[in-house]
Amino acid sequence: MKFLTTNFLKCSVGACDNSNDNFPLRYEGSKCQIVQDETVEFNPQFLLNILDRVDWNAIVTVARELGNQSLPVTKPQFTHQNGDANTASNLTEDELAVLQDLHVLLLQTSIAEGQMSCRNCNHIYHIKNGIPNLLLPPHLA
Amino acid sequence: MAEQKEEEYVHKIYNEIASHFSETRYKPWPIVTDFLEHRPMGSVGIDVGCGNGKYLGINPNIFIIGSDHSSGLIECAHDIDNAYNVLVADGMKLPHRENTFDFAISIAVVHHWSTRERRVQAINHILSKIKSGGEALIYCWALEQRSSRRGYQEGMEQDVLVPWVLHETKKEKHSSSDKPKKLKLASAPDLTNIPLKERAAFIANWRKEEEQKRLALIKEEAKEKEETAKKNTKYRYYHLYKEGELEEDCVSAGGKVKGSGYEKDNWYVVVQKQ
Repeated sequence: MKFLTTNFLKCSVGACDNSNDNFPLRYEGSKCQIVQDETVEFNPQFLLNILDRVDWNAIVTVARELGNQSLPVTKPQFTHQNGDANTASNLTEDELAVLQDLHVLLLQTSIAEGQMSCRNCNHIYHIKNGIPNLLLPPHLA
Repeated sequence: MAEQKEEEYVHKIYNEIASHFSETRYKPWPIVTDFLEHRPMGSVGIDVGCGNGKYLGINPNIFIIGSDHSSGLIECAHDIDNAYNVLVADGMKLPHRENTFDFAISIAVVHHWSTRERRVQAINHILSKIKSGGEALIYCWALEQRSSRRGYQEGMEQDVLVPWVLHETKKEKHSSSDKPKKLKLASAPDLTNIPLKERAAFIANWRKEEEQKRLALIKEEAKEKEETAKKNTKYRYYHLYKEGELEEDCVSAGGKVKGSGYEKDNWYVVVQKQ
């Protein structure tokens, strides 16, 4: 399961929607086996557009849980100094380097085995063979 | 109850037939492919009921998360390409926040919910996950498929159990054909102690007995074959959509129908979230 996927996963329990704690899920860093896949190609424009759609706070939170403390608290901005909105062709070298790092984190980094839980109901979900299982047991379904 | 029916005739079955089913699901349908190829670069979407993930790799410039209730099918997807983003989840309890995705697809899935209310609820749930203005492409099996192998057509019952015949695994094939079932019939009777003049009658009788043995054997084999077929036939529940019905369900679910049509024995609708 790619790191980026964590930005789109919440608790399956319907009642937790009424809390503010069902997203992101809490990842147990010590129980998560992290793998890198360097074959995933870097596409700056793709990543810029993806970044428009992510919840940055959730990325920072999950990265910390998995042992990465290096992210800035606010989402990196790539557009304000370049007139045209969000086009990769205008990026400076520094900006490209930042994007490249994010590419490694969001798209090349995966959780192969591990678990995560809801911050509200504490239900634990498992990741096995790279596949998270968000089905609920009958008593919660 | 609806949930129990779906558990028995959908969820359980797909795990039982997962690998065989997956072998038959490799050809992407053109209109689905076209829809995916027209999503803008960096779009984020979901494929609800993605099965073995045949639509997850169509457009490398979008981020698409596939989910299915069947862990068996999700494992098939992961085995086909471990770059696919897949997860096991209930289509009625998708683990995504609302108003998040640019688009959704759900190909030949909604027809598995066993009441109209639940099918509308399922479409509504998919729409809840996409942003306002975002589009979902939804396919359901058509009642009108006169020319197909199944031959369903107008006027027939819409709520059906559709057989899936599993092919025998190699192991089963081996053991059933390997059994020394065809017990070697003697090619001639033993006439050692039979007086000469009784031999003709004895041989006639022997032939009759051998023929009866042979017929009994054929009958037994046929019965065995039938039992195997029965054991290997799994039934899945479907609601066969008649023309116009999917549009109605999409509107009931709060969506706006942007386009619709028929492809590969299915009705499809492009529905926009208001």
